[in-house]
Amino acid sequence: MSSAKEYKTITEVKGPLVFVEKTEPVGYGELVTLRLPDGSAKRGQVLDTSDETVVVQVFEGTTGIDRETGVKFLGETLKLPVSEDMLGRIFSGGGKPIDGGPEIVPDEYRDILGAAINPYSRQSPHDPIQTGISTIDANNTLVRGQKLPIFSASGLPHNDIALQIARQAKVRGEGEEFAVVFAAMGITNEEARYFMKDFERTGALKNAVIFLNLADDPAVERIITPRLALTAAEYLAYDLGKHVLVVFTDVTNYCEALRQIGAAREEVPGRRGFPGYMYTDLASLYERAGVIKGKPGSVTQFPILTMPGDDITHPIPDLSGYITEGQIVISRELHRKGIYPPINVLPSLSRLMNAGIGKGKTREDHKQVSDQLYAMYAEGRDLRGLVAIVGKGALSERDIKILEFADLFEERFVRQGRDEDRGFEDSLEIGWELLATLPENVLSRIDRKTMAKWHPKNRGKEEAMVQ
Amino acid sequence: MERQLGQIYRVSGPVVTAVGIKPRMYDIVKVGHEGLMGEVIQIEREKSIIQVYEDTSGIKPGEPVENTGLPLVVELGPGLLKSIYDGIQRPLPVLQDKMGDFIERGVTANGLDREKKWEFTATAKVGDAVSGGMVLGTVQESASVEHKILVPPNAKGTLKALSSGTYTVEETIGTLDDGTELQLMHKWPVRVPRPSKEKLLPDIPLVTGQRILDGLFPLAKGGTAAIPGPFGSGKTVTQQALAKWSDAQVVVYIGCGERGNEMTEVLTEFPELEDPQSGNPLMDRTVLIANTSNMPVAAREASVYTGVTLAEYYRDQGYDVALMADSTSRWAEAMREISSRLEEMPGEEGYPAYLAARLSEFYERAGRVITKSGSEGSVSVIGAVSPPGGDFSEPVTQNTLRIVKVFWALDAKLAQRRHFPAINWLNSYSLYNASLAPWFRENVAEDWNEVRNECMEILQKESELQEIVQLVGSDALPREEQLVLEVARMLREIFLQQNAFHDVDTYAPLSKQYQIMKTILGFSEKAKEAMSAGAPVAKIIAIPARDELAKARFEEDFDTLIGDIQKQMDTQLEGVIKESRTQLGEVTA
Ligand SMILES: Nc1ncnc2c1ncn2[C@@H]1O[C@H](COP(=O)(O)OP(=O)(O)O)[C@@H](O)[C@H]1O
Ligand SMILES: [Mg+2]
Repeated sequence: MSSAKEYKTITEVKGPLVFVEKTEPVGYGELVTLRLPDGSAKRGQVLDTSDETVVVQVFEGTTGIDRETGVKFLGETLKLPVSEDMLGRIFSGGGKPIDGGPEIVPDEYRDILGAAINPYSRQSPHDPIQTGISTIDANNTLVRGQKLPIFSASGLPHNDIALQIARQAKVRGEGEEFAVVFAAMGITNEEARYFMKDFERTGALKNAVIFLNLADDPAVERIITPRLALTAAEYLAYDLGKHVLVVFTDVTNYCEALRQIGAAREEVPGRRGFPGYMYTDLASLYERAGVIKGKPGSVTQFPILTMPGDDITHPIPDLSGYITEGQIVISRELHRKGIYPPINVLPSLSRLMNAGIGKGKTREDHKQVSDQLYAMYAEGRDLRGLVAIVGKGALSERDIKILEFADLFEERFVRQGRDEDRGFEDSLEIGWELLATLPENVLSRIDRKTMAKWHPKNRGKEEAMVQ
Repeated sequence: MERQLGQIYRVSGPVVTAVGIKPRMYDIVKVGHEGLMGEVIQIEREKSIIQVYEDTSGIKPGEPVENTGLPLVVELGPGLLKSIYDGIQRPLPVLQDKMGDFIERGVTANGLDREKKWEFTATAKVGDAVSGGMVLGTVQESASVEHKILVPPNAKGTLKALSSGTYTVEETIGTLDDGTELQLMHKWPVRVPRPSKEKLLPDIPLVTGQRILDGLFPLAKGGTAAIPGPFGSGKTVTQQALAKWSDAQVVVYIGCGERGNEMTEVLTEFPELEDPQSGNPLMDRTVLIANTSNMPVAAREASVYTGVTLAEYYRDQGYDVALMADSTSRWAEAMREISSRLEEMPGEEGYPAYLAARLSEFYERAGRVITKSGSEGSVSVIGAVSPPGGDFSEPVTQNTLRIVKVFWALDAKLAQRRHFPAINWLNSYSLYNASLAPWFRENVAEDWNEVRNECMEILQKESELQEIVQLVGSDALPREEQLVLEVARMLREIFLQQNAFHDVDTYAPLSKQYQIMKTILGFSEKAKEAMSAGAPVAKIIAIPARDELAKARFEEDFDTLIGDIQKQMDTQLEGVIKESRTQLGEVTA
């Protein structure tokens, strides 16, 4: 590799891009090393190659690069050395160990772009993961192999929620091996330290692989960080049979890096200046979640993104929502009310929920309880709007009950402790207790059989009802 | 044609520029040492610009390029049904066999199995004058479909030999007098529409079993429909419901740039589900094309053409084919991605200027026709559209709406209220209502169209009344109008809402659709009577038969229940009327 020829034929440096001329034929996507006059080195990747010019995207940014900088083309694409020893280790956003530990002795080198899973090889995800958070478990059940992002915004506690999920996530009744792969993209040092502390406190670190690209690290490196993380995750899942939870934060920073590269290449921008291929690019990350027939492990993704201006129609959440299998939406309104975790179930959705709940998986009444809670909370919130206009006096008795239900729902069901780990049953039981405060004839989403069996009244549990 | 060799000049993602070949537009070329498949999409002096269907990492300038001189074709013959292909008709199980669970590049695979033997029964006779599209004989391709073996569209002559027997798709089953050998299989270029004799009027509905679609906004066999909506509003669930329950004989489902898991779901579900028409597994009439969002974009661009060509092929055998493309926006984005690599002058929102033309060429391939063999066949096309931010003013939605005749507008607000299918009944339309009216009258009920129109009027009226309610509350409305609101609510909750995941509710035959509408209108009539007898709205809507109707739509024996419910409704309202009269009497007395 080091025998590759070094060129000093840079003609142009622009944003994260370097243009090199008069090279021998160079392969598309090839890895590049650059040696700067001060002796330091940078890495990059070929974005465009022709007989005349080669365009290189430099991961560590182009600061300090001049026309004297030496460029070597390594004749291969970017690969990650993978091994089980990656567990418990911390890497830079470019894949170098930064925890003072030794270099990884690789079992193998894996191309970080990853190939697409053949749809014919996929197994439909259907094993529910219990996160211990009621609004997710009861209303937006996560299943193994799903990609379910958190749509948040600045100043909201998405990191706490992600950590709580990483800590508590489990599939019931199985002693299978879990691992967490964590990829930070452009988050602050402080945030990163917060994550690391929590991983250490709970002992999660020994089953985690961590990639850190921080706010002051080069933006372009963010393009490779999640790909390194996913390559590690796929190895742990499909080669070592582990169930891997991948947490990315923050996808918004990733997309901004994409935009920056697009602008430097003078590409025709799509909506709000983001590249027209951003959907395809994001898909090349999100679609790496899944379960493969006949293989024991799985890759589940929990990407976090902050919606610029709290706008869910912004291209970053919008394109994400088109690819992922639902979304968990964090609400500023609930956060202001002091409710943690401030998850609003109404715009949230888990598209794979139905495959993961019910008899033999969670509980037979799960779907109906979930639908009923959702319907009542939605109606209760509408009524709040009405009360603001016409006053409470204008409401019927039924409506007042539902209005009160919405408050109870937020206080008892949505709100929980940062270390409170609720089981599926716990969440459903709280749900029933709240539903029992309502007249039975409004519970239209629950059929007679389920009422007879599960309604607290019929289980001699009135005393447990909310006062 | 002689093979030409040239070399790569430039590689930029999926777009490769070559010199030294003299291809025609859309010729297929083999790129690089690995011979990756690509298609010429632009010619600029000595440079040929190629979109490559596979990942181009590591490919270098100077590597060889070979022109095959042939366009992108699909293989047409028995064995298409029950298959799952990528965008360029490579069977995914074969790819799995050759390279494992991940799709690596550089693997070629035939669209049709070369080993499998089929039982061919000749129906044409030696000495017959035949021409393109005529039927030579049949093969039982699956339990549901008898495959008609056709003379390739461009062949013509007198049959010199033809014999029944067991053949692979490549073996000769007969010959023409000019020496042309006939096989079970022939090839056709995907970008060229297959010829037919004559287009027919769209006067038969594609019955989908979806109440809001058949009832309010029906699609004709051979018609075109678009279903735009933001993420999570129900595009895929609706497309899959159509693929399951439409009364087409063959279904082509294209997963174009969407999720891998959704295709897997179809693959696991369809063999288990029963086609309500034939009683056979749904998979027996289905071809799947899966070029998911993370598979190469150039193959995504091609997937739509591959799909519609397969659909036309079954149309030419005299079948009604329904084609779903989920999502045409991803196809348009593939065009945009390629176009921007070509540094073409962008049109609106970066889409190429030819976006509108490509969309209309695609939908133009739908239609009900007289085939070259004189039978009737159709291709109905239903395209999902994924507008950014759910904003219908964007170019793909707008250009699509200019072409298609049916617009099923998904609405994020309805989806959030869990009103499914979240199709907005005020914004949606079907331009086939008039041409389909006679069919519904003759085949379902004499007054189908009147019933439908009345339901639509009530829903319209509701939306007007809702505006007033927002301002003054519903109590301020006259009693008659309060009743309209209640009837509209019944229409929404019992007729329009339909749960795609409920075993019974997911599919509603036309008779059931009619009965539900008719019963609700019957209620409305009788309720008006009660009202003029002085009955309060609260009493009228409290009758138990109303709840019974709401539940009946989930019951297997709906047909037997409904008669009873109608009777009960009558008796109960009769009771309300009597009661009010007595009370009224008491008051006056
Ligand atoms: N007809 C329906 N019946 C029940 N649920 C539906 C229906 N249509 C949509 N849904 C719900 O909406 C979710 C999103 O639908 P989907 O078709 O995947 O949306 P899109 O393709 O528009 O993103 C589904 O996972 C399901 O929960
Ligand atoms: Mg969809």
